[in-house]
Amino acid sequence: MFNSLLLGPILFPLLFVGLMWFLESTERERAEKTLELPVVGAHYAPSLIRFLEQQGALIQPEPEDPEQMVRNQEVPVVLRILPEYPEQWEQGLPAPVEVLSDPSRQESNASIRRVKGLLFGYGQQIGSLRLQLRGIAPQLASPIMIKDVDLSTPKSRAILAMIFLPYVLMITAFTGATHLAMDTTAGEKERKSLEPLLINPVPRWQIMSGKMITTMVFAMASLALTLIAFRIVLPFLPVGAFGMDLTLGLNTLLMILLVISPVAILAAALLTLLASFAKSYREAQSYMGLVILIPMIPSLIFMANPIKAEAWMMMIPLFSQNILIGEIIRGESVMLSWYAMSIASTLIIGLVLAMMAATLYNRPKLIFSGS
Amino acid sequence: MIVVKDLRKSFGDVKAVNGVSFEARDGQITGLLGPNGAGKTTTLRMLYSLLPPDDGEIRIDGLDPTRDAMEIKRTLGVVPDSRGLYSRLTARENISYYGQLHGMSKQAIRARIENLTETLDMDDFIDRRTEGFSQGQRVKVAIARAMVHEPQTVLMDEPSNGLDVMSTRALRDYVRGLKHEGHSVVLSTHIMQEVAALCDRIIIIAKGEVAADGTAEDLLQRSGCDSLEDAFVKLIGTEEGLLAGHCSIPCYSARSFSHCSSSA
Repeated sequence: MFNSLLLGPILFPLLFVGLMWFLESTERERAEKTLELPVVGAHYAPSLIRFLEQQGALIQPEPEDPEQMVRNQEVPVVLRILPEYPEQWEQGLPAPVEVLSDPSRQESNASIRRVKGLLFGYGQQIGSLRLQLRGIAPQLASPIMIKDVDLSTPKSRAILAMIFLPYVLMITAFTGATHLAMDTTAGEKERKSLEPLLINPVPRWQIMSGKMITTMVFAMASLALTLIAFRIVLPFLPVGAFGMDLTLGLNTLLMILLVISPVAILAAALLTLLASFAKSYREAQSYMGLVILIPMIPSLIFMANPIKAEAWMMMIPLFSQNILIGEIIRGESVMLSWYAMSIASTLIIGLVLAMMAATLYNRPKLIFSGS
Repeated sequence: MIVVKDLRKSFGDVKAVNGVSFEARDGQITGLLGPNGAGKTTTLRMLYSLLPPDDGEIRIDGLDPTRDAMEIKRTLGVVPDSRGLYSRLTARENISYYGQLHGMSKQAIRARIENLTETLDMDDFIDRRTEGFSQGQRVKVAIARAMVHEPQTVLMDEPSNGLDVMSTRALRDYVRGLKHEGHSVVLSTHIMQEVAALCDRIIIIAKGEVAADGTAEDLLQRSGCDSLEDAFVKLIGTEEGLLAGHCSIPCYSARSFSHCSSSA
């Protein structure tokens, strides 16, 4: 029982830190690695090749089947200089080169960017020289100068990484309660202790409520532990490399806990309701495997398609918490009415589910579905 | 005092209980005897208000389980077929929990557990976790938690199931003790020796109906058999024989018996 309570809070933050370390180190490795570049038709453009070599690229001999090489993932990029290159070059026309790559493979993106950057740099250099030879100031060919002014604060950049946190918290609200929800309903049936329990002079809805409240307390404890665990591991994150400010103050933690608590209630009610249908602990477990997908849906939508938060979204449980926690971490101020709407809508749905569960316990069939 | 009149309960097309009537008096042990699936457990479940009857009437000391469920539960001590204990709790904690559910005070629970520990001879294991208890120990704890609130009427569903000889003897002694204290005890069983050894009144149930009702001697006399076992087989067997189209036992049919007992 305590294993299931502690597993999430220990596992998720470690997973998070591990993931960040991995991302950071592979990104750095790619940037520092020498660029190995097979070139087809290198003899058509000796000066370009010289330039590439000067820039640190390791020119590889001409491959037999460059397309196949890229497809087989032997190399991320192959450069092909076409036969008409020298002729076009002589005439001062754009000389064609091809960059063969498969951008759908994430890991080759860094190499593609570097090759294109080098080619662009070479083009710029030659272009300027040509203009100068004709007595024209090269600046004339650059009518606009683009300057990036980054207005994201280190805190708001943190959201990129911390989008993970609402996701983990949603799952924890459900997983933290799962074991208890199953043990108090399906488990009690399996142990054959439900029938004797119901013979006591206590209304069934009270027994049901007791089970749900216990489940909720566990879900909340699991959430609180997860937040504390995140607070502890965050200083160990390689955040500098990402230019992010990842700190969770006590106030932030409490706000997040307040926002997510109704989800724990919703989860406890839903899990208890579903587990009540199950004949055995094992059957209940198979339901739970599917239920765990529910908290993932809003997070996945939000990850795939980050949308601007609007008031009506606060009416949707799980979704609203995702948005609110995001805003809290970004350090944005959120309207109090949004908090109220999110908490109220989630609580109402939780209560409806709890009442359904309570009515279910009034059905005599419930007791016998186990035997 | 339990009075049951024409009790009926169906599950879908299956008529589990189909017109059962009997009385169980205070200071008597009443045995519901019948083969597996005869409707004993369903009858008991209706008595302790776990199941609502489809039809018929139940009065336990004047109370109706369908209307006064909470009140009935306070006056009943039930050892159901399911005897699940909480394995992480000790025997004492299991019993004490039920006492709390009955709204008893801590002192009252403590005193009562002392008393039950002595009567049921539970000294050796009262403070042990129930995980790994023997069947005999489990039944004792199940009985103790059912009796914690000193109920007047006691219902036991197959109490001797899975018990060894010594445990069975202890159980019988305990049930006899309850009878002498003036409790009304109803127990269901499919074991002949049990009713013969214990019961003042035997109600034979087969296929959801009362096949016969009376004392052990009544039944022997009426069936003309030497042993209760023969009488039982005759009553149940005849009914089944009739349904199957054979008429192997000539003199008495189950129908005439139930007619006999209800007119007597």
